[in-house]
Amino acid sequence: MGFIEFMDLKLPIYLDNNATTPCDPRVVEAMLPYFTEKFGNAASRSHAFGWVAEEAVDYAREQVAKLINAETKEIIFTSGATEADNLALKGVFEMYASKGNHIITCTTEHKAVLDTCKHIEKLGGEVTYLPVKADGLIDLAELEKAITAKTILIAIMYGNNEIGVVQPIREISAIARKHGVLFFTDATQAVGKIPVDVQADGIDLMAFSAHKMYGPKGVGALYVRRKNPRVKVTAQMDGGGHERGMRSGTMNVPGIVGFGKACEICRKEMEAEAARLSILRDKLEKGLLELEEAYVNGNTEHRLPHVANISFKYVEGEGLMMGFNKNIALSSGSACTSASLEPSYVLKALGLGDDLAHSSLRFGLGRFTTEEQIDYTIGAIKETVLKLREMSPLWEMFKEGIDLNSIEWAHH
Amino acid sequence: MAYSEKVIDHYQHPKNVGTLDKAKKNVGTGLVGAPECGDVMRLQIEVDEESGIISDAKFKTFGCGSAIASSSLATEWLKGKTVDQALAIDNMDIVEELNLPPVKIHCSVLAEDAIKAAINDYRVKNGLAELELEEKKH
Repeated sequence: MGFIEFMDLKLPIYLDNNATTPCDPRVVEAMLPYFTEKFGNAASRSHAFGWVAEEAVDYAREQVAKLINAETKEIIFTSGATEADNLALKGVFEMYASKGNHIITCTTEHKAVLDTCKHIEKLGGEVTYLPVKADGLIDLAELEKAITAKTILIAIMYGNNEIGVVQPIREISAIARKHGVLFFTDATQAVGKIPVDVQADGIDLMAFSAHKMYGPKGVGALYVRRKNPRVKVTAQMDGGGHERGMRSGTMNVPGIVGFGKACEICRKEMEAEAARLSILRDKLEKGLLELEEAYVNGNTEHRLPHVANISFKYVEGEGLMMGFNKNIALSSGSACTSASLEPSYVLKALGLGDDLAHSSLRFGLGRFTTEEQIDYTIGAIKETVLKLREMSPLWEMFKEGIDLNSIEWAHH
Repeated sequence: MAYSEKVIDHYQHPKNVGTLDKAKKNVGTGLVGAPECGDVMRLQIEVDEESGIISDAKFKTFGCGSAIASSSLATEWLKGKTVDQALAIDNMDIVEELNLPPVKIHCSVLAEDAIKAAINDYRVKNGLAELELEEKKH
């Protein structure tokens, strides 16, 4: 490829920040002492090693709480967002069993929520999976209609991991309040990227994770409201009674310290970072939409600033990525590698045909993305799309004016 | 998942991309797969009427790198073979040549189906009976 003409271009380019982010060096620096000289168990009350570790966890808890405008006692550290999702859903289901057994969620949630809901159904729970509109947002009227006397929890994500669409959180929490139902949100993609305020947003429980905001992998948190109302969850991990009995297990002190530092950096830099990334994202999107038959998936107004999901009709996503995956890392809604051959369920939930879902790429920009990298990406993707369309029988048919729906395809 | 060097080579330098005139009597066209499945292959052969040898083969494929490589390889193998010889091409030959992993075997099956569909189209155009094809699992 003849693109390497930029002075500041660092290859390979990482545009899969929705999957995970690199650790900020400042985060790593904060963590390091807690592996070696400050290695104590935060639960060791009888000596200085334990006190130092406990102090570090307390400080990190403040840093985390501050980012989302919570109280320190409302933060339960977990191994990540998946565990926090499990604890919120199963914990509420168990704790509020006498009140009801019905949970409302939506079809575009992360698997950590959907599969936990499936598990709850096996335990006798009832779950409503709300559809989403073509832009990926839920219909608030549908949500309210779904509430019954048995409803104990509404679980709707903050920002979607594939298309970046941000749900109307305040409207959802208002509906939950009105009906006396708890509101849980998986905010893994949103916290640290856009302002998330559990008070103003009316959130009762919230899952989030360090490694999506330039912190380490293996640590996350569940926010559990303590006042108005006081929310309780039944522990899903029994043992030494850590985290006020809600999550037993030795504290991951270096991870928690890193999580705290990552939250502090996000709190201070998020606003400027979001502004910078949305400019880059818009540039990327504008550049790529110069191609014919390229479409943005999901609502573009209510969207995380660093995310874009684009379908390039008549080329297949995985084949497309192969054209540049030596130099650009991103992900596709196509699932040609999986045995099922099923494309993204999120894109299908928007009503996209399988063909468009197979043709999609997900871009997740991040703290270390540069404008040179975006310029390079636009060029490389355009070149590959054009090359693959020359090779695509579907593109040829489209250009000849043949309606692809009129063809009887041999489904296998 | 890493691709084999041969798959990458076919992807970067595909052989015989293009379109033959499907109106010609000695051109057979096979179109297999479906957009919904993420793979569509169109494979065409042109048969020399005197010798019965496949003188040209072209493809266009919508799909992943392995699907593109499988069809590119198929066109290379088809050229110079008689139609009967072409029928003997087995998808596992493609798997072996391209070192396809198990999740990509369906790409080779699709290529074999495309070859057979093109041959059948040629046969029907030339007054020959359509061949019964065994169903392979995709």
